Amino acid sequence: MIYRETGQFKTSYAADQQIFPIRQDRIGILLLLAVAFLVVPAVAGNYWFNAILIPFLIFSLAALGLNILTGYAGQLSLGSAAFMAVGAYAAYNFQVRIEGMPILLSFILAGLTAAGVGILFGLPSLRIKGFYLAVATLAAQFFIVWCLTKFPYLSNNSSSGVISVPNVEILGFTFDTPQSRYLLVLSIVAVLALLAKNMVRSTTGRAWMAVRDMDVAAEVIGIRLMRTKLLAFAVSSFYCGVAGALYAFCYLGSVEPDGFSLDLSFKILFMIIVGGVGSILGSFLGAAFILLLPIFLDIALPALSDLLGLPFGSATVSHIQLMVFGALIMFFLIVEPHGLARLWQIGKEKLRLWPFPH
Amino acid sequence: MARQIGEVILDLRNISLSFGGVKALTDISFDVREHEIRAIIGPNGAGKSSMLNVINGVYHPQQGEIVFRGEHRKDMDTHAMAAAGIARTFQNIALFKGMSVLDNLMAGRNLKMKCSFLQHALWWGPARREELAHRRKVEEVIDFLEIEHIRKTPVGRLPYGLQKRVELGRALAAEPSMLLLDEPMAGMNVEEKQDMCRFILDVNDQFGTTIVLIEHDMGVVMDISDRVVVLDYGRKIGDGAPDDVKNNPEVIAAYLGTQH
Repeated sequence: MIYRETGQFKTSYAADQQIFPIRQDRIGILLLLAVAFLVVPAVAGNYWFNAILIPFLIFSLAALGLNILTGYAGQLSLGSAAFMAVGAYAAYNFQVRIEGMPILLSFILAGLTAAGVGILFGLPSLRIKGFYLAVATLAAQFFIVWCLTKFPYLSNNSSSGVISVPNVEILGFTFDTPQSRYLLVLSIVAVLALLAKNMVRSTTGRAWMAVRDMDVAAEVIGIRLMRTKLLAFAVSSFYCGVAGALYAFCYLGSVEPDGFSLDLSFKILFMIIVGGVGSILGSFLGAAFILLLPIFLDIALPALSDLLGLPFGSATVSHIQLMVFGALIMFFLIVEPHGLARLWQIGKEKLRLWPFPH
Repeated sequence: MARQIGEVILDLRNISLSFGGVKALTDISFDVREHEIRAIIGPNGAGKSSMLNVINGVYHPQQGEIVFRGEHRKDMDTHAMAAAGIARTFQNIALFKGMSVLDNLMAGRNLKMKCSFLQHALWWGPARREELAHRRKVEEVIDFLEIEHIRKTPVGRLPYGLQKRVELGRALAAEPSMLLLDEPMAGMNVEEKQDMCRFILDVNDQFGTTIVLIEHDMGVVMDISDRVVVLDYGRKIGDGAPDDVKNNPEVIAAYLGTQH
């Protein structure tokens, strides 16, 4: 199929402002959703669900949250894992403390709780920018994890703050198979991704990007910096919070505060840097890259050692894995600082002209 | 010309502004009448941009009073001024580089858009209708400035002259009653300057927009402005019709130097 918009004329602004203005893209995304909702559940095994697909979706959501804040609103944050922790623990508390609490409502409330905490830690952004703000959000990272360990109330008095979440149940249906949990996570992520896309293509998103690109000019055209930045913190933390709740309820089943360490925050930051800062698609590509590459190397390196007849020890393999991982991240940053999403965009632009580039 | 120059709508009285020990503006007074093109000129560092920044609230003067449409204020507030219909462009282009031309212009209309972020997220009903209605308005500006071909291009990729035009577009998108232009023609070639002059005159003529303009090209200033105020070292040294200012010995001295 030739990818180009020739002959697809837009006769209204509504048609011109679609998320996917080119018909082939619309067909593509529908196909992708159909495969994700119908084909994958039928063919994938438990390993795929538990080790690859569910974490991929959850991290995509967290990366999406951080991308709203860092990519769109330009506020660097190192606290994403902490906001995930707030979401996870809030959802847990709503679930165990309120009898008959619907789980989806718990997720939403968890997101809102994270949003509130996000606003609180976003307040320094009104005075400081860039690296200094990143350091301020680092405070969120350490403070929240410390709180969750320090106050047993938050983990329902369990030892060392570990929480084991109950099964997810909606209207009598228990999500106890990996397949059903995958579908639940996929639905939530798909809806939230659509909402995020709508926000960033509207006045809300334009205000975020205006603040990111030139805050003085944004102020002069009437954008309120404080409100815009705090809204970005709130929405971003909401997404991270829901991701955290899903992380606990649909992926791990039991989490501890130390699981939401600075390492995790960095991992999410790498996802958006590699995937594409300021791109919804980039959040997904970045999450896939950062999650799948280690798994791929895990499989590929032993196979390679067999092929070359060099007996790698398992320690060597894990060292090489780290080195290759780091090297690839640097490679991507040098070759395409705007991330995988930009590569995808360039590819599409090339494809539009192919095979007659002149 | 059909337009009628009206009452004084902006009156700056004895404005002084300093940064620490540096005096940027000293006791400056001048006024702007409705529908006129008012130029501010002066050598580099005279305080022209500071003056614009005082008018739309980026800087807050230590002394003086500003009367805008009958309202007496000690200083201005950026948000209130944007809401009151003052738009501006900057000396060093201050566009939102990562956004398309269309998004930059739409952002210029943000104050006119009332939907909340939740409505935006759902993209349904009012939010969608609002977006489309404002898109129509923005398209009129795009049409006016003849930038249809670049509406989807990220502004960072545009050449300088076009960026200047897009920045004017962003200001116009807000449908301002007063437009502050900080060196709209700096760094342009003759043709681009002619285009820009035409746009400025058309805006003034068609929409009745009052224009306060900083410009270094004396030919342009003398041709298009109704009244000119001259600053030098933060002081006002001349004020009046272009011809009067041109023959003012103090102004000539500031520009050409004097023999002592």
